[in-house]
Amino acid sequence: MSSTTAPSSSVAAGSADASGARRNSKRPKYSRFTQQELPACKPILTPGWVISAFILVSIVFIPIGVAALFASRDVVEIVKRYDTDCIPLSERNDKVKYIQSPGNKTCTRNITVTKHMKKPIYVYYQLDNFYQNHRRYVKSRNDAQLRSNGSSDDVSGCSPEDYSNGLVIVPCGLIAWSLFNDTYNFSRNNQQLSVNKRGISWKSDREHKFGKNVYPRNFQNGTLIGGAHLDDSIPLSDQEDLIVWMRTAALPTFRKLYGKIEQDLQENDVIEVTLENNYNTYSFNGKKKLVLSTTSWLGGKNDFLGIAYLTVGGFCLFLAMAFTLVYLVKPRQLGDPSYLSWNRTPGCH
Amino acid sequence: MDSNASIESESYRSFSSRRSISSHHSKLSASNSIGEATCAEMGSKKVRHGSRGGADSEGFNLSQKEISDEDARFVYINDPARTNERFEYARNSIRTAKYSVITFLPRNLFEQFHRVAYIYFLVIAILNQLPQLAVFGRGASIMPLAFVLLVTAVKDAYEDYRRHRSDRIENNRLALVLVDGEFRDKKWKDIEVGEIIRVRANETLPCDMVLLSTSDPTGVAYIQTINLDGESNLKTRYAKQETLSKILENMSSGLIKCEKPNRNIYGFHANMEVDGKRLSLGASNIILRGCELKNTAWAVGVAVYAGQETKVMLNSSGAPSKRSKLEKRMNVEIILLSFFLITLCSIVSVLAAIWLRRHRDKLDNIPYYRRKDYSETDVENYNYYGWGWEIFFTFLMSVIVFQIMIPISLYISMELVRVGQAFFMIRDGGMYDEASNSRFQCRALNINEDLGQIKYVFSDKTGTLTENKMEFRSASIWGVDYSGGNPDLQSEQVAHEVEVDGKILRPKMAVRADPELLRLARGGRESEQGKHVYDFFLALASCNTIVPFVVDTEDPSVKLVDYQGESPDEQALVYAAAAYGFMLIERTSGHIVVDVQGEKQRFNVLGLHEFESDRKRMSVILGFPDKSVKVFVKGADTTMFSVIDRTSNNNVLQATEGHLLSYSSMGLRTLVVGMRELSNSEFDKWYIAFEAASTALMGRAALLRKVASSIESNLCVIGASAIEDKLQLGVPEAIESLRMADIKVWVLTGDKQETAISIGYSSRLLTSRMNQIIINSNSKELCRKSLEDAIIKAKKLSGPNVSSNMEGSSGAVTIPVGLIIDGTSLVYILDSELEELLFQLASHCSVVLCCRVAPLQKAGIVALVKKRTSDMTLAIGDGANDVSMIQCADVGIGISGQEGRQAVMASDFAMGQFRFLVPLLLVHGHWNYQRMGYMILYNFYRNAVFVLILFWYVLYTCFTLTTAINEWSSVLYSVIYTSVPTIVVGILDKDLSKRTLSKHPQLYGAGHRQEVYNSKHFWLTMVDTIWQSAAAFFIPLLAYRKSTVDGPSIGDLWTLAAVILVNLHLAMDIVSWTWVTHAAIWGSIVATVICVIVIDAIPILPGYWAIFHAAGTWVFWLCLLAIIVAALVPRLVVKFFHQYYCPSDIQIAREAEKYGRLRDHGTVEIEMNPILEPPRR
Repeated sequence: MSSTTAPSSSVAAGSADASGARRNSKRPKYSRFTQQELPACKPILTPGWVISAFILVSIVFIPIGVAALFASRDVVEIVKRYDTDCIPLSERNDKVKYIQSPGNKTCTRNITVTKHMKKPIYVYYQLDNFYQNHRRYVKSRNDAQLRSNGSSDDVSGCSPEDYSNGLVIVPCGLIAWSLFNDTYNFSRNNQQLSVNKRGISWKSDREHKFGKNVYPRNFQNGTLIGGAHLDDSIPLSDQEDLIVWMRTAALPTFRKLYGKIEQDLQENDVIEVTLENNYNTYSFNGKKKLVLSTTSWLGGKNDFLGIAYLTVGGFCLFLAMAFTLVYLVKPRQLGDPSYLSWNRTPGCH
Repeated sequence: MDSNASIESESYRSFSSRRSISSHHSKLSASNSIGEATCAEMGSKKVRHGSRGGADSEGFNLSQKEISDEDARFVYINDPARTNERFEYARNSIRTAKYSVITFLPRNLFEQFHRVAYIYFLVIAILNQLPQLAVFGRGASIMPLAFVLLVTAVKDAYEDYRRHRSDRIENNRLALVLVDGEFRDKKWKDIEVGEIIRVRANETLPCDMVLLSTSDPTGVAYIQTINLDGESNLKTRYAKQETLSKILENMSSGLIKCEKPNRNIYGFHANMEVDGKRLSLGASNIILRGCELKNTAWAVGVAVYAGQETKVMLNSSGAPSKRSKLEKRMNVEIILLSFFLITLCSIVSVLAAIWLRRHRDKLDNIPYYRRKDYSETDVENYNYYGWGWEIFFTFLMSVIVFQIMIPISLYISMELVRVGQAFFMIRDGGMYDEASNSRFQCRALNINEDLGQIKYVFSDKTGTLTENKMEFRSASIWGVDYSGGNPDLQSEQVAHEVEVDGKILRPKMAVRADPELLRLARGGRESEQGKHVYDFFLALASCNTIVPFVVDTEDPSVKLVDYQGESPDEQALVYAAAAYGFMLIERTSGHIVVDVQGEKQRFNVLGLHEFESDRKRMSVILGFPDKSVKVFVKGADTTMFSVIDRTSNNNVLQATEGHLLSYSSMGLRTLVVGMRELSNSEFDKWYIAFEAASTALMGRAALLRKVASSIESNLCVIGASAIEDKLQLGVPEAIESLRMADIKVWVLTGDKQETAISIGYSSRLLTSRMNQIIINSNSKELCRKSLEDAIIKAKKLSGPNVSSNMEGSSGAVTIPVGLIIDGTSLVYILDSELEELLFQLASHCSVVLCCRVAPLQKAGIVALVKKRTSDMTLAIGDGANDVSMIQCADVGIGISGQEGRQAVMASDFAMGQFRFLVPLLLVHGHWNYQRMGYMILYNFYRNAVFVLILFWYVLYTCFTLTTAINEWSSVLYSVIYTSVPTIVVGILDKDLSKRTLSKHPQLYGAGHRQEVYNSKHFWLTMVDTIWQSAAAFFIPLLAYRKSTVDGPSIGDLWTLAAVILVNLHLAMDIVSWTWVTHAAIWGSIVATVICVIVIDAIPILPGYWAIFHAAGTWVFWLCLLAIIVAALVPRLVVKFFHQYYCPSDIQIAREAEKYGRLRDHGTVEIEMNPILEPPRR
């Protein structure tokens, strides 16, 4: 490429140096770097390049989009909203009072499986309008305390859930305090469907983030109960619901893994869910949903990526064709000096 | 004599009075008092061509009165104790180091925080420390600022350490000081004012001292001032006759009363009382620290200024700082961005306010808000300060989160980039000057990119366009022109040799001689013409201030005579005289020895009236061996003809005038030589007056001038000399290139109009096809009239409408017009309403030539253009007379040539040759502008993309400024993740090769048209930014909606997406990919990945291991790919369409460079002569 050719001046420089006329000459030493003549590749956006790039993009994107759409379609997902339904009709005008009052809040719902679901079937609870990413909330935790027994007195950042009756709370902070405490029991044809609640959290969290020798203390002892209680005899590293909950969600509508059903479900199976409706989302109009879902290589049911890929791929294909057309209709010779502004009458711009 | 200089210094008197009128100058003084001071002092330089015999300082100090006691410093010679009794004068130890161990931290921090950018950083960091506003952790918020401060501090400390070291070495040097009657070694730092110091040959002077005596019986000392002003020629300094003999004894009785320390290295004003006699001391009696004693065995002086108060120390200050046009332009956009930032913050605050209002009843115990703290017995608000405060805090927090919207790092990047650009400019082998062994110098580091937008070049002539190496060409003696000496034949060069004491003496430089004149000169005084020739060359050999030095050569029998002097014209004349057999061999203050055709003759120098700008002539009064006394005068023709006796020899006079005209039209510099024989009575009369004047305490300069005028009258003209000042190499080509680049070249010179025009032709500034408009007017009304006429004429000539610059560049000019205007007319035009007319006229002309202009007029012309147009101006010059112009222009360039270094000192860039202007502007200037302009836009984009991604997320977090992106990543984003590629591209990317740029100067127009950085580009970039940030944010948002994704995972995705996106965006715009660029871009992406992994490997952070979980899913990678493609496609499409269907010149040239089409079908012809082409319409 033309950039690699050294101009004559630098050649002269070299020869002058060779003659060694002056020892203390300040002549800059010649190197391709200092003379800004490093070998360089100078790509230019030629029509050929651009059109092939767009075709390449569409060739890659359209199949991916199709595959993603298929993957998403393969996923069977059953969503059951229960926050309102699980409140007796008489109590529905003051749901907050109902949920705060003591007593058994068991509720039974039926779910019909729409399509064959292969194991493992993931059970999620979905909360809407719950800002787990709220600044006050997301900061209200102490990772050091969770990790090791030695720092169990470290409750900085946890207020207002740091001390209860003057004693340190473990795990402290709003996040732990508001641990989700609805429970689900599934049965099919009056036969219990077991839900595996082991391994629902990240292995890295269990092993390194939540201590094996850290036990809950003083938890949920205050005047205001936020959510679930924890068994004081189980170390935090085994409290998987807590671990899952404490991976705060990025968005205000989120799902959290509740467990896995390790059996296939047949189409038109009716699943009876016995749930304990304890968690208070009513005070902020949050919705609660129970989700049963299979999974694909792309995760859960979400058509967006497939559509996005198809759109982008299609658009690029269109652009490639449009460019080709325009190029054929009105080509321009690259580097034609007659286009230079001082060689032509004013036109473009 | 240097007629150029003389004219320029003439108007110098009006400097201070005029300065207040010109608005530009007042601006200069307001912005930079140092620059101002140097400016005033530079002007004084020229006077050294004039009076030297002790009259310098009086000539300069406007008041010629005695120094009042309050303003004086009393120095008791050889009595430092008494000298320092009343006032403790500074010791001689110097301190260039800025800091000591104790003061380093506070002072360095104080200096660093002079930058607004750092203060912004600091305020944000402090805000972040307030518990209510703690968005980032303490470490994360302070880290970047601390890092930058630390790096700068370490750099400063290292530099200061080196200064300390050199100070120590300097302070511990030894000098001989008179203690108890004998000279003993003493360290420099212990020298006190009042002490007597003895300096030997080739030693450096330790402080400023008044000369008392020297090894020379007449009290002359020669010094080299290379450390002071860079001039390598020797200067003479004199000890007073009264002090010569009494070095050791009685000296303590002396008292010197001198002015307070000041920066003027060319002026000194003092009195000395010795033995009850009062002597006046001037600049020629003082030798300054830093100079070296040469050709003098020893010199003894008394220290008057020491240490920090020496003139050289007072003068050590940097060049004035300017700000580039691009940067000023950029500030507009920065303000826009600030508004944008405030808008974003306001949106967040308002939305937050609405949310708080709507949920005010529920806030007490929503799990994710929990306003009340129930752990205490009395339930209180927790971390809640009321609605208003919460909104206010939200606003401040959003400022903290979105802080990088104002790309503060840009300022630091720009500085680094400029340093890099300067590095390459300095290292450019094409801008190295072999003759002066000097590289290109970058003295100002903040206006590199202005070099790419220069529209007007104001150039000095002597020493800038020409070499300022004077060569004697012709002589007119007694009405006969001797212009033989064929310049093509080197063999005709005559090196006259004489034998003295068995040694052959030969002048150092040979001169081409006219054979006829040579014959006449050798013929002696027999013939009538021979007599005149004798007088003529004797005048040339004697009437000057040149000092001859006899230098040994390799051959022991041959010695060279080297003529040292301050005026190159004088040197040329003396060398010429030597070639014709009148060799000046020895000069003392009392006599000269001239070898006339092999015969040594001694003439007594009875008096010398040095060159002075008012008289523009100098005279010497010689006592001949035969006791006759003659006065020889030489000077500029304008002033000489007024003192010539016109009654006799009218023919000779007319012939000489004719020759002068023809010489100057050949571009030669002319001087007229005259003489007169003095009768005894006349001489006595003069002598008494001269004695009285030179010992006068008050108004000495004026008295001397009067005496000189009385003797310089009724002269008989002998002849005239013509000296050629050769054009520098490559000047015509350079001017041609500049003109093709649509840069208007104005030449401002002190030369005569004819000389200027002829140089104009030889430098291709003027062409035969050009229509010349000449304005020489003697009154304001005449000026107005001729300007108005000229405008009409120029309009007619230059085609229908050439008013806009765009038009001019497209080659629509029919007949180019050259304007020639002289200094007298400019006097009436500048600072009056006629300026506007002149500007209008000049904008129709492709060339403007101003002759006979004074230094301040030069600045006035630059200011005139600068005031009326936003185009960039560049001034280039080499002498002190160009300093005001260099400082006035947007870019000042100094030529480090023959005339000293004042111009270089005042300049922003310095180089060895005029022709380097072409690579400097067309290549480096173009590159710098392209790079810097792109870098600024890119930095805006880069930071805005990130901020907008943060902003979109805030909309999904109850407007509480949570960031999914890890706080460390937010901080490192503009520091590590994306900073290196911009800097590398800003330094290294080349849109076109050096060869193409210098071959097609028209490409420079990109800078004139502001193609890289303009509002359109800014807004386009911002729209693109919004799209890219939206793509980067919403694709993951939608792909992950209703999923189990946690904040840190999606945050990592956004981080990587943003970094890869901005780096690929940059990659898309890079023109030339070298390994460095590859390393920077891909390296940055890799570094980002590593940083993200490292951050996620810290178990104590909430985002522990998130990247590994996220990257283990397909969604992550598909999102990343989709983001990059979707975000960049619109830009690629627009870019391609624009490049393909609306190609800029640069684009075409780039393609041509790649496909090698520029040389096809004779297009070069078209391009080379745009002006010759008829209009194509």
